[in-house]
Amino acid sequence: MSTLQPAATPESMIDDAVPPSSGKAKKTATGDAARAVSSRWASLVAIIIAVLWTTPTVGLLVTSFRTQRDINSSGWWTAFGNPGAFTLENYREALEPGATSSFSQYFINTVVITIPAVLLPIFLASLAAYAFAWMPFPGRDALFVAVFALQIVPLQIALIPLLDMYTNKLGFGASYWSVWLSHTIFALPLATFLIHNFMRELPGELMEAARVDGAGHVTIFFKILLPLLTPALAAFGIFQFLWVWNDLLVSLVFLGGTPDVAPVTVRVAELAGTRGNAWYLLSAGAFISMIVPVVVFLSLQRFFVRGLLAGGLKG
Amino acid sequence: MVASLLSVAPSGIPEPFLRAESTAGKFFLMFFAVAFFAAVFGLVLFLASLLKGKRGEQGQGMLFAAPAVLLLAVGLLYPAVLTIIQSLRGKSGDGAFSFENYSAMFSQPELLTVLRNTALWVILVPFLATAIGLLYAILIDRARGEAFAKALIFLPMAISMVGASIIWKFVYQYKQTERPQIGLLNQLFKLVGLETQQFLLEAPLNTLMLIIVMVWIQAGFAMTVLSAAIKAIPDDIIEAARLDGVSGFRMFRYITLPSIRAAVVVVLTTIGIGTLKVFDIVRTMTGGQFDTSVVANEFYNQSFRYNAPGLGAALAVLLFVLVIPIVAYNIVQMRKEA
Amino acid sequence: MAHKSPRRTAKVLATLAVVSLGLAACGSSSDDGDSGSGDSAATKIDCAPYEKFGDLKGKEVSVYTTIVAPEDGPHIASYKPFEDCTGVKIKYEGSREMEAQISVRVKGGNAPDIAYLPQPGLLKTLVATGKVIPAPPETEANVDANMPDWKTYGTVDGKFYAAPLGANVKSFVWYSPTAFKDKGYEIPKTWDELLALTDKIATDNPEAKPWCAGIESGDATGWPATDWVEDVMLRTAGAETYDKWVNHEIPFNDPAVATALAEVGKILKNPKYVNGGYGDVKTIASTSFQDAGQPILDGTCFMHRQASFYAANWPEGTNVAEDGDIWAFYLPAKDETTKPVLGAGEVTAAFRDAPEVKAFQTYLASTEWAVERAKTCGTGGCLTANVNVDPTLLKNPIDNLSATMLTDKNATFRFDGSDLMPGAVGAGTFWKGMVNWITGENDKATLDYIENSWPKS
Repeated sequence: MSTLQPAATPESMIDDAVPPSSGKAKKTATGDAARAVSSRWASLVAIIIAVLWTTPTVGLLVTSFRTQRDINSSGWWTAFGNPGAFTLENYREALEPGATSSFSQYFINTVVITIPAVLLPIFLASLAAYAFAWMPFPGRDALFVAVFALQIVPLQIALIPLLDMYTNKLGFGASYWSVWLSHTIFALPLATFLIHNFMRELPGELMEAARVDGAGHVTIFFKILLPLLTPALAAFGIFQFLWVWNDLLVSLVFLGGTPDVAPVTVRVAELAGTRGNAWYLLSAGAFISMIVPVVVFLSLQRFFVRGLLAGGLKG
Repeated sequence: MVASLLSVAPSGIPEPFLRAESTAGKFFLMFFAVAFFAAVFGLVLFLASLLKGKRGEQGQGMLFAAPAVLLLAVGLLYPAVLTIIQSLRGKSGDGAFSFENYSAMFSQPELLTVLRNTALWVILVPFLATAIGLLYAILIDRARGEAFAKALIFLPMAISMVGASIIWKFVYQYKQTERPQIGLLNQLFKLVGLETQQFLLEAPLNTLMLIIVMVWIQAGFAMTVLSAAIKAIPDDIIEAARLDGVSGFRMFRYITLPSIRAAVVVVLTTIGIGTLKVFDIVRTMTGGQFDTSVVANEFYNQSFRYNAPGLGAALAVLLFVLVIPIVAYNIVQMRKEA
Repeated sequence: MAHKSPRRTAKVLATLAVVSLGLAACGSSSDDGDSGSGDSAATKIDCAPYEKFGDLKGKEVSVYTTIVAPEDGPHIASYKPFEDCTGVKIKYEGSREMEAQISVRVKGGNAPDIAYLPQPGLLKTLVATGKVIPAPPETEANVDANMPDWKTYGTVDGKFYAAPLGANVKSFVWYSPTAFKDKGYEIPKTWDELLALTDKIATDNPEAKPWCAGIESGDATGWPATDWVEDVMLRTAGAETYDKWVNHEIPFNDPAVATALAEVGKILKNPKYVNGGYGDVKTIASTSFQDAGQPILDGTCFMHRQASFYAANWPEGTNVAEDGDIWAFYLPAKDETTKPVLGAGEVTAAFRDAPEVKAFQTYLASTEWAVERAKTCGTGGCLTANVNVDPTLLKNPIDNLSATMLTDKNATFRFDGSDLMPGAVGAGTFWKGMVNWITGENDKATLDYIENSWPKS
């Protein structure tokens, strides 16, 4: 299998199917042959998994370009035989302005909800994670375990108490503030946990040296830690972005579903609801709501990988 | 506009800082919020920097942790305590003290089905997703086009659970065998000469069909983390093993797996906790019908639809209890490593 | 309007200003005036009933409903005369999640001003939270005048809270008049004739089935089957027993209910009779209610029992008329001497004690609103509980037919039973029980299960 390969030579990175004739370790001819066979099997299995994982999405994507009649009378895989039948009509109808609003308004609302709801927990969690990782204070470990354990609380149970607090104690009722704060609260346990793990990874000498030079915690946090933390913060940021962007429940409760405030997901849920299995609208709606998170995710994926690696691993 | 500038909410916060109708107003509100929160943090940090000495050090630590801890105490801990109390006060959640909800939970056959389904989810999803993610990570490691191959698998992560449910519901679509199929899976059944099936109807098969959706979403996450972990295994370890003639499955079993054990635990935990809370998939695909409901879904129904918040609360408490072993295991792990 | 108070004068001036502004707008853009003329005609309602609520200009009322795009447009349009006349702004919000969300919002202290509650049972639940404001006398007067028979659905423990709003008739069987004519089938007049026709269709058409049905409806899956049981229950057991059943004065597994369920089973669980266009009996559970009747169009199914609002589900261009592609007949009773009619509708509950909310609640119970609703109606489903509206105003033929059934003196109207039962049953185990019944559970076990779930207190 390919993992057996030592520090890969450029050639072997380029083409795994052909075993490299030269490597750091000399191999026997039989070993080479066995590797070639297993490698071929490996590629086959990998391709099968990749196809299985991609086909459902492709199916719905193709469907979103077919007419309502075609969708219900034949499978999407037959559509390639007649490319002329593809249409943009479903997207036009899904994007059609509602009685009181246009689709772009829902997009703006989603952006306004998402940006603070991503930034706020990142900042709060990294502050707390720094304290938990490098600043001794009484009860620190117990507190950290408690924060981690709060991951188990399903957000549904917090809906009514939080709404009650926003409305009756803080006085801002259903507003963007309620949504931002709620998303922050729901994200904090995981965020603190991930960023804490990352911080523990950093060599203690770094902090020690800075302290000897007379730097305070605030300076260390900004000057040393934050720059080093970028991958972990980005990783969590992407996580949180996907979660907030795709959320329906939290914004319905804390912001409401009126077009002037509601996010895209509310609109897509409407499409899904009114006409049963109206695949022509559902498929188009699903892809409209998917496009931004997918683009963001793909363009930031390398941060995601690095950050998760550091945050998730120890020892 | 002038009127709205002057009007003040009951809390004393002027309206433009609270709500906005126009696009410009919304963006103003957004930037204001970010600036506002930044100012609050600045203040916290400034206060922290004022504290000096050994006691001051400790005070700084608490101050750093305070905003997050405070929000969590109010936003999650307090509701959790409320929920536990509610679960002990009858079906309506505000009656006299009783264990009625808990006995109901373990005696009503349909709630037992819910528990069975939840158990199926929590056991199958983390292990299947991790196994597939790990297998794929190993297979494509250092292969040609690795980045592209990875993107294919973790794309589903970027799709909302509702979106994923729509995609799979379409795969499972049923038509009578003799008619043209529109669902891919039934088309395959038909191709090999089988009767087409209503996959979402027959328990417990339907729960497995829903679990596939979650595995589909989560395998990418597992693959990403584990692939990174595999790459972090020092080359000399592998080299040494290979010189000893270790290869193939034995290499995986004795070298790769032990080296990435910690990563596997994190992946299993994260997916496990996410799975316990799963809600959207079941709601979108079957609405919890045909014996597919899970605890999180049943909680929502009991609390908000059937007017039985007490019973809903008991289900939520059960969720906490189910996760405790996972959390405890992780804490033990953390302690060991610390 | 004999003696004018200064405030009233101001009010009138304000109204005039609004009207003249409207006219100015019309004048300046006369070439794109497709909205102009209709609107200015619509503003001519009598503002007098709302003047006693005081000066409402600049006030806002939020309304929360289950009705989402595209059906929300006509609703929003029907508020316009009220908005113009009082200066109140109506903030509309529709959500499919409303039935669950409303209880979250009410308990969280963030209730809307007015909610359209699709089930009286939900009203009962919300009244129990103490947050529902009793309807003002003005609203009650409108209800007494316009929908006296329906007042009870907005009343909890003798106190009147919520005025009925929209209405629909459920006792309809959709069919294709052309197909019936081609095959020489007659509209059945009695239940036995219906069963005979069913059997005849099954024998005549080996390629098709007489009935098609579908009860999938997201997390409300099962409700169309409960309608079947209720409709048949009205026919086999009569209205009085039906009432006892709904109020749980007889148990859910009473023999009377068992008889009705068995009668429904003769159709819905007979593989020879269902599920036209979809497959075997079990496909009923997974077919969405919106899709369920569509096979009538391609001839693979002949009859589909569904409410008047199903009219909106036929594809554009379908001729819904007595002699067209699609029409509906009354689900026949035991014999022609009785005429039970099953129906349902929303009620409007208020959660804020303010003059503008009261005014709007009163407007929604007025004939002015019902007429406006009929006029601004989109694709149909614009029937209201108001008996003082001329049925001919309803342009949609099915709405029209439904209106005549609702006002028919010989008909015995009953409200959808599951909507009146406690939520745990009516929106819970009754639905779930019927789903399990379709997928194979027997009659007795189904009824026992629902009976056991009835809240004890």
